Amino acid sequence: MKKTVFFIDNRKVTANEGESVLRAALRHGIEIPHFCYHEDLPIDADCRTCLVEIQPKGKVVTSCDLMPKPGLMVYTNSPLVQKLRRENLELLLADHKKLCTKCNRGLACKTADLMKKYKVSGEKFHRAEIKEPAHKMGTAAEFNPQACISCNKCVEMCHKIGIGFLELTDKGAKSHLTYNKNPKVDCIYCGQCTVHCPVAAVHEQSHIEQVEKALADKGKIVIAQMAPSTRASIGEEFGLKPGTNLEKQMVTALRKLGFDKVFDANMGADITTWVEAEELAHRIKHKGVLPMFTSCCPGWVKFAEFYHPEILKHLTTARSPQIHSGGSYKTWWAKKAGVDPKKIVVVSFMPCTSKKYESTFEKLKIDGMKPVDYVLTTRELGSLLKKHHIDLPRLKPGKLDFEGTYSGAGAIYGATGGVMESALRSAYFFITGKELKKVEFKQVRGMQGVKKATIKIGKKNLKVAVVYLAKNAQKVIAELKKNPKAYDYIEVMACPGGCIGGGGQPIPSTEAIIAERIKGLYKIDDKMNLRKAHLNPVVRDFMLNYIPTLSKKQQAAILHTHYSRKKKFE
Amino acid sequence: MKNLIAEIKKAGIVGRGGAEFPTAMKWEMVKKAKGKPKVVVCNASEGELGIFKDFHILDKFPEKVFEGMRLAMDYLGTKEAYFNLNANYYKKLKRKLDALILKWKKKGYRFHIYQEHPSYIGGEETALLEGIEGHRVQPRLKPPYPGEKGLFGQPTLINNVETFYDVADVADGTFEKKRFFSFSGHVKHAGVFHLPIGISLFQAMQQTDNIPDFDYFVQVGGSASGVVLNKGQLKTNKMTGAGSIEVYPVTLKPRDLLLKWFKFYRDESCGKCTPCREGTFHLYELVKKHDRIPWGEILAIVETMEKTSFCGLGKSIGLPVKSYMQNILNLKTK
Repeated sequence: MKKTVFFIDNRKVTANEGESVLRAALRHGIEIPHFCYHEDLPIDADCRTCLVEIQPKGKVVTSCDLMPKPGLMVYTNSPLVQKLRRENLELLLADHKKLCTKCNRGLACKTADLMKKYKVSGEKFHRAEIKEPAHKMGTAAEFNPQACISCNKCVEMCHKIGIGFLELTDKGAKSHLTYNKNPKVDCIYCGQCTVHCPVAAVHEQSHIEQVEKALADKGKIVIAQMAPSTRASIGEEFGLKPGTNLEKQMVTALRKLGFDKVFDANMGADITTWVEAEELAHRIKHKGVLPMFTSCCPGWVKFAEFYHPEILKHLTTARSPQIHSGGSYKTWWAKKAGVDPKKIVVVSFMPCTSKKYESTFEKLKIDGMKPVDYVLTTRELGSLLKKHHIDLPRLKPGKLDFEGTYSGAGAIYGATGGVMESALRSAYFFITGKELKKVEFKQVRGMQGVKKATIKIGKKNLKVAVVYLAKNAQKVIAELKKNPKAYDYIEVMACPGGCIGGGGQPIPSTEAIIAERIKGLYKIDDKMNLRKAHLNPVVRDFMLNYIPTLSKKQQAAILHTHYSRKKKFE
Repeated sequence: MKNLIAEIKKAGIVGRGGAEFPTAMKWEMVKKAKGKPKVVVCNASEGELGIFKDFHILDKFPEKVFEGMRLAMDYLGTKEAYFNLNANYYKKLKRKLDALILKWKKKGYRFHIYQEHPSYIGGEETALLEGIEGHRVQPRLKPPYPGEKGLFGQPTLINNVETFYDVADVADGTFEKKRFFSFSGHVKHAGVFHLPIGISLFQAMQQTDNIPDFDYFVQVGGSASGVVLNKGQLKTNKMTGAGSIEVYPVTLKPRDLLLKWFKFYRDESCGKCTPCREGTFHLYELVKKHDRIPWGEILAIVETMEKTSFCGLGKSIGLPVKSYMQNILNLKTK
């Protein structure tokens, strides 16, 4: 690789081949403010805030598209840079301060930090009035065109996912975000727009208020459950390295916030694995519809229901982890604990915005109760903790309540390939009746959008595929049209790298950061003795001692779901 | 003609869209670029204020423009050419242009017309490529330059209407070292004139009988982005940019002139980059909302646009504002 040595503020810096001054600076921990730069997306050079001065003196350029030449002298903080950068920041963030009252980022807001650091008032200019009203993407996310800074990142990300729902419209100061009016294009609620918006103009539909209200209600039993991914990424909200496992600190924090019980969606993942692996074994044994697709990602399910209703019979009928565990608390656990299930409020902490959408489904209700009442994203959890001045990394480790017990299979659910691997560990048992000795399936791990493998289970050579991004799911569906027997089992996640790269994760979320978070998840699994979902004692109690006592209809209402064609905005 | 490039060089033909880039060099760059088929684009956007010579040329000498484009197509070994054509022009010139397209089609040359929604940014050479491709009309990051990767990723030669006209003149030996001047504003003889390239602005006004009998100043090379000169500066300056002179009476209120410019910039900014998108809007608001012109605040935005805008549109605002302040109002710009 060709390296280039140059200087930033007289400090020697080495750029890798193809690396811009901004990228090299950020890699060296040198801060240059920027809004429209994201290392996985095209360089737009729109925001004009990553300014630097170069020779001849007085020449100011953007560093995002500046390729360093050997010996280049770059100044990030010259008086001229300061002056021009501040003016552009004031222009870019005109009226931004007004938005704070409507925003849930609060003390977790990085824009506010930046404004403070660069002495930007956010009040010097008043921006042009944008007539387009705010738009809600289902019950997952929403955008405010008036807050949009036209950086184009959400639009590019939406394209990268393979959707093309968001677009910029109008010109000049009236430029703003809008959505594609084509009836054949719809949002899948993945929320990648929200995790790529530098100013929260696109953001999750907040449930913070509802959760605080439930916590304050003495008549409620409020249960927390965290998704596999949140524990390996919440640290980023507090400046820790991606992949740092803060599960134990989270338990302490959640108890501090007033949650009555702290369970774990990893346990829900173990239920899902059980139900799904059993279904796979059944489909294989009884020549059912194959390939079978996973269905735990509501973004993927919405994609299938809107764009490809013809494949819905291929989706596993297993409910998703948060719905499985949420349903178990309001039935099995409530009975065990002797509490009125109507008093239970289940709050999920998820790396995801589409989990909010999923939590509202009527079809998932059990005896009229929603399995999950509210969903907070990892970012919202960050905001909530900071609002309550809880310094997460400094907390003493806590312990999950017993019913939160999970296996390593549940822990890796957040990573691309994790659902597949978990299911294979259990499917092996359900198909062969024997326990798998070596539980790792490294073929399905890693940051490739499409992974394929053939895995021998008993006499069967199981052909599997693991994909992330709707775009890649599209490719696999096209492949199946040509060759219906190309695969037996397919895992699909809407977001890059799986849930761990979800729309509700801390900002920034890049492929490099996602890869680090994934390492954190596998580390959890590696250290565990219990690595198969069907051996989880809590899940065994639920599946073997409770579920069989119910009628078939009641069992289905807790364990299974169904799918249907969706219209735009449905 | 055997060596057209040498002839173009010898005649000193430069781009007439305003940037004055040597034409032969541009052609050679596209010729050398890898990738096929190559594409020729005639830029007939003409979105600047006070410039209407491209319309004049297309109206009076359309066959010359086609001929210039045909020469470029032959030189590059392509049969594909596009007009990035101001939609208002097409309305008026449809019959003439369609007839010529048909005529050339029979000879195997494919000319396409892209009707551009009239705009200033639509004339920026990478923005017009986005327009033809059906995207949001905004400039592209360079490199790659259009000569390497232009329309649909193909090496693309983009020249102004007048440049192709000049090339056709060079090829048939009739090039007279003249350029087209658009005259507008408070003049007796508004319109387009073909005048010798080297003459001073004063001579140009004299030869067209356009010296006003009142106290005046001029804006040259575009009535939004062009330089503002007082009448004492006319003898020592030649035509620049896209070739226009607008005459203003000295009694014109600065506020009115600023509002004209800033309204134009505000309405024409594509919205891509912060300084131009927001700056143009606030420049207009600043003048509109204040009884006294807030020069300090205006200059702060102008300097930011000039030094940090993404493309030439935003960067160009410094020249008219500052030259007007210096040459007409005797105001300091720092």
